[in-house]
Amino acid sequence: MFQVRIHGRGGQGVVTAAEMLSIAAFEEGRHAQAFPSFGSERTGAPVVAFCRIADKEIRLREPIMAPDAIIIQDPTLLHQVDVFAGLKKDGYILINTTKTFEQLGLGDFIRDWHPERLCTVSATELSIKHVGRPVPNVPLLGGFAAVSGIIKLESVAMAIRDKFSGKVADGNIAAATEAYNIVRGEMEEALHHA
Amino acid sequence: MLKQCEGSHAVAEAVALCRPEVICAYPISPQTHIVEGIGEMVKGGELKDCEFINVESEFAAMSVAIGSSATGARTYTATASQGLLYMVEAVYNASGLGLPIVMTVANRAIGAPINIWNDHSDSLSQRDCGWIQLFAETNQEALDLHIQAFKLAEEISLPVMVCMDGFILTHAYERVDMPTQEQVDAFLPPYEPRQVLDVNEPVSIGAMVGPEAFMEVRYLAHAKQMQALELIPQLAQEFKTVFGRDSGGLIRTYRTEDAETIVIAMGSVLGTIKDTVDEMREAGHKIGVLGITSFRPFPLVEVAAALKHCKRFVVLEKSLAVGIGGIVATNVRMAVTGMGLKGYTVVAGLGGRAITMKSLTGLFEKAGRDELDLVTFLDLDWKVVNKQLEREREKRRTGPAAEAMLRDIGAVAARNY
Repeated sequence: MFQVRIHGRGGQGVVTAAEMLSIAAFEEGRHAQAFPSFGSERTGAPVVAFCRIADKEIRLREPIMAPDAIIIQDPTLLHQVDVFAGLKKDGYILINTTKTFEQLGLGDFIRDWHPERLCTVSATELSIKHVGRPVPNVPLLGGFAAVSGIIKLESVAMAIRDKFSGKVADGNIAAATEAYNIVRGEMEEALHHA
Repeated sequence: MLKQCEGSHAVAEAVALCRPEVICAYPISPQTHIVEGIGEMVKGGELKDCEFINVESEFAAMSVAIGSSATGARTYTATASQGLLYMVEAVYNASGLGLPIVMTVANRAIGAPINIWNDHSDSLSQRDCGWIQLFAETNQEALDLHIQAFKLAEEISLPVMVCMDGFILTHAYERVDMPTQEQVDAFLPPYEPRQVLDVNEPVSIGAMVGPEAFMEVRYLAHAKQMQALELIPQLAQEFKTVFGRDSGGLIRTYRTEDAETIVIAMGSVLGTIKDTVDEMREAGHKIGVLGITSFRPFPLVEVAAALKHCKRFVVLEKSLAVGIGGIVATNVRMAVTGMGLKGYTVVAGLGGRAITMKSLTGLFEKAGRDELDLVTFLDLDWKVVNKQLEREREKRRTGPAAEAMLRDIGAVAARNY
């Protein structure tokens, strides 16, 4: 079972991201369970959502406390919430930021981790560019398809078409695709330098 | 057809497939997405011949449901928590009059302190109101139980609550197999009411009954629930024939064959318990699970039979009968009267407190050694409780307890993570 925790703020589409991730996994014939952590349903407040992906029925209903991967939709949360709580060593981290892990002050934390599993993408900018709104959740899913390899980009596109239609869907697919390519580039560079 | 969707959406679609004629509801979390979904289907014309009525309160919702059901319309509503409490007088009337309304209860805690998260306090507070109560373990079962609920309700002329864990199920995206209209039509015939308000054949429904017949009318309600004990497994069997899967029934056992310890629970926590039991089985523990799907009527005989060969049982319930302990546990104890079993009550998950495999493993191991107290509160923060109790011993004017305890744990606002 592969477990993902998504951190963001109310209004960034955190819950939708987890749901779409589950749809993408479902499209690949896998079992998936997405659920939100309720409590702060206010714009700007920290929000967490979860997604489990497995090859058999998922019965477990506890919150994800030891994730294999973390997606951070808002880097300002790094100073507010213990976003990495329980993250398995050598897990996957994808952060929506224009900065590097070093610049974010995470250099020591990830010192001896697999560098190709630690990626950043400026998802907010990509969503403004392609969709016209600062909603980073969907491009991050494109980036997540690249860094984790757990789902295909095409499945993310199918999940986008499930949730959106017309121009919004097209824009989100373009944003997810660009994010995917950016992250692939980062991974190759990381492996090259490793 | 397999699809990945929200539990609320799955239930909305299933209810629509049952061809309801009147839907009335008042929004309350975590039920809201269900009636919103059905409302959209009515407005969009996908659900035909159905009137969606916005009402001004839960009391009105159940009152409208009573009226429409009495005219022979297949009627549905949904609620949760304080919403259920607000409609209670009408809830009793619906069952007392024998009207086959189906209502989803998206289980949620009851205040005070106000809390929007899941536990079973709401529907279990209505355990004696005369409605049938079925509990879903998964979103698939929630969907399936609604289809069965209409048939069950109309067959015995009693209302049915389908209880599903708020947020944990209602807001979870998971895979469901959505039946076709043809399948549902094959299983669920049009509503043929036992009593109907008809201008051509006038009757009055709701007579005042004095001591001369009140007990007999009330006994009839009990007799009908006893009939439901036979009908519920039959419907589950019929359902399997049409839809090809096991859903519903009175109880369900898991790895109980040689179990010395059997854990009893209702609803979605059964999944986490089963995963825990699988792990403990691998470590050599003889442990199994008994899920109760039908809480009302309570399957005394089936529960006793399932526990016949075990040494002890643990009832893990998301409810608290303040002043005694468990609600489900009290029912289970009645089922095992005279069997000489050790029984433990565990109150867990109140107000959305996460129930984790780690805590369950420790709990069940302790139960296996017979070291559990008669009543246990899983993962209770004793430090916070004792601090408040000490404050109250020391001085009179301690102020509001909830606020003081939140301050003690350093929470600035309610949080779930």
